[in-house]
Amino acid sequence: MSDNKDPQVTPDIPASGEPGRVRRDTTAQVRSTLAKRYAAEKRFRFYGIAAICASLAFLVVLLTSIFIKGWPAFTHAYVKMNITLDADTLELSENPGAEELRAANYGGVIKKSLQEKFPEVKKRKEKKALYALLSNSGEYLLSDMVIANPDLIGQTIEVWLPADDETGALLKSNHDLSKPDTIVTRMSDQQIAMTKTLQDAGETDVRFNKTFFTAGDSREPEQAGIRAALIGSALTLLVTFLLSFPIAVAAAIYLEEFAPQNRWTDLVEVNINNLAAVPSIVFGLLGLAVFINYFHLPRSAPVVGGIVLSLMTLPTIIIASRAALKAVPPSIREAGRGLGASDQQVVWHHVLPLAMPGILTGTIIGLAQALGETAPLLMIGMVAFIVDVPQGFTDAATVLPVQVFLWADSPERAFVEKTSAAIIVLLVFLILMNAIAVLLRKKFERRW
Amino acid sequence: MNRLSSAISVAVLSVGISTSAVARDYISIVGSSTVYPFATVVAERFGKVTNFKTPKIESTGSGGGLKLFCSGIGVDTPDITNSSRRIKQSEFDMCQQNGVTDVVEVLIGFDGIAIANSIDAEQFNMSTKDLFLALAAEVPNPDGSDTLVPNPYKVWSEINPDLPEIDIEVMGPPPTSGTRDAFVELAMEGGCNNFDLIKGLDKDEHKRVCHTMREDGAYVEAGENDNLIVQKLEANPDALGIFGFSFLEQNDDKVQSSVIDGFEADFDSIADGDYAISRPLYFYVKAQHAGTVPGINEYLAEFTKESAWGDDGYLADKGMIPLDEDARESVGEAVRSLTVLEAIE
Repeated sequence: MSDNKDPQVTPDIPASGEPGRVRRDTTAQVRSTLAKRYAAEKRFRFYGIAAICASLAFLVVLLTSIFIKGWPAFTHAYVKMNITLDADTLELSENPGAEELRAANYGGVIKKSLQEKFPEVKKRKEKKALYALLSNSGEYLLSDMVIANPDLIGQTIEVWLPADDETGALLKSNHDLSKPDTIVTRMSDQQIAMTKTLQDAGETDVRFNKTFFTAGDSREPEQAGIRAALIGSALTLLVTFLLSFPIAVAAAIYLEEFAPQNRWTDLVEVNINNLAAVPSIVFGLLGLAVFINYFHLPRSAPVVGGIVLSLMTLPTIIIASRAALKAVPPSIREAGRGLGASDQQVVWHHVLPLAMPGILTGTIIGLAQALGETAPLLMIGMVAFIVDVPQGFTDAATVLPVQVFLWADSPERAFVEKTSAAIIVLLVFLILMNAIAVLLRKKFERRW
Repeated sequence: MNRLSSAISVAVLSVGISTSAVARDYISIVGSSTVYPFATVVAERFGKVTNFKTPKIESTGSGGGLKLFCSGIGVDTPDITNSSRRIKQSEFDMCQQNGVTDVVEVLIGFDGIAIANSIDAEQFNMSTKDLFLALAAEVPNPDGSDTLVPNPYKVWSEINPDLPEIDIEVMGPPPTSGTRDAFVELAMEGGCNNFDLIKGLDKDEHKRVCHTMREDGAYVEAGENDNLIVQKLEANPDALGIFGFSFLEQNDDKVQSSVIDGFEADFDSIADGDYAISRPLYFYVKAQHAGTVPGINEYLAEFTKESAWGDDGYLADKGMIPLDEDARESVGEAVRSLTVLEAIE
């Protein structure tokens, strides 16, 4: 604003003499606009602070809502049961084999023991309501225990079995169970009363939900875990890193250090910049056409996901690496050559180590993008229901953001908390990745 | 640095080698997102109670699934595809052309599409004709002349004096969704055939009038996520929502089904065929894979067990409407003997 006034000062200056008056005029002019300029300055800073505050506020709202919703997923309610593993109810023969032990009627012994706790429940419908209090994962738990130790058959054991998702939600909340009318739940009043009986007897407990970190996906919220998706993401990103990092750095070094400036290198450069802006679904279509349909790589495998995502990450890393290489002062290269180093030695010994922090930053940005990507994976079959934790690069796998999407789309209400918990795990993964980058950067950082 | 670079190249190479095609030891399933929640429950059980690996299930949509399924024989094609409609003649022909000759059709049950509103509001009682008049882009002229006009109705009571005097606001899935396709085919088509004027139109014109939803804001495309529609209904008692029956069941403390043509969406009315807006659910099996991919026969056995697809089975607990007993028996028999689908009658 004050700039606009300045030209008006000039005509007032007489062509000859009286320098004193000129000074006084300018000073007066400056003084009169000073307050305005200070105000503008303050406003400008205020806008900046306001922008930061607004974005922080959004972030805080987002994170708080995710944490509040997701926190309950890290705990689960368990019910103490005394289970008699008698061979008759289990429908086992004299000397059962492994196959028979696996297929035994574990549901039957659990139902029997529930029945003993609530002998007054007789009607078929009521019984069904009673059995629904516990998760059916109890059967698999018992099955694992018995297979590991067949001597348990015939004994009565005390185990804590996981509650069903809705019973669990009720026990984890602070509702007053004696007033069922005040609770919004799909459970019947009778089920709430039974839950209260168990709670009053001290036979329920809320514990850390280990299953969430050890299991793969499940259609029962209380049995669903993040492990398969986490391992899937790790494997996919490993492939992405192993492919994109060396290729991108090699490309950047050649383009920056060795390539002549001509039409061809210009063309390559334009194309790299364009690739960085291509929507990710396009890479998915390419992956489907080339890697799956032509090279016959397996569908849904982390190796294909990794290759597709590395195509997407390559331009980001190349651009960042080139910028980092460009920032290394030419004097370093000249000094190296002056001492008799070959071009290759100059790059490996001097330029690359100095550019490493910048290259790593670019790599992490690229990988973080790849970590959050779902669209290209849809085309190559990684949006899938995966229960078994993937063991290698060719096993069927899914990734964290896909798991978030699949859970958000599930009808069972307890998946709401799982969705948020999966987001928390995704964020922690991202923070860890960034932390590693910061550490590496610290290690490589050199000043000149 | 030299050692590092050689280490990297070895790692890249080993990744490359380990990817060469291997025989698949798990079942690969693709297809409808409507069948997905039911197929996944069966797959999970199957993985836990047998020694086979848990099948992998991709949610690709019915059309996408059938396309993959019919693309050929071999481990890199899926073994089973789920579908919320019957296979089309064109898809069947594509299967035959690509060597997928032994296809077993399995009808597993029904899925209802619910029209619901918040439990705090009055329950709607209407016909598919009312629904058509409320949601179609073009409707017969209310003045009785034989012309079609852009939908003039703003308030429910203008359509039917028995309906409440509130603005028409219906939230439902976008055109990309299978639920939307089914809703249009079952509810809108059913409603528009009540009008002689529309019945008399030629085929293309008939389809256009019956299948086009209004776009003036009365029908709100609320996205593919049915949970979101339920949340919006809770917040807005004046609105109606369209979503899958399993979401109605899971949220019956928040939303209530409307009565359509005299029946509300519940288990019995859908199973008996009284509730108009319901569709059959299928899956198709590549019988040629049954010998090579381990576990296909056992998966079929698990799916068609009475404790799975029966009246009290776990699929019913998840919201799938079971077949009646006779149908279960005949389909079950066809599955056990792997009866191949010869033609679509």
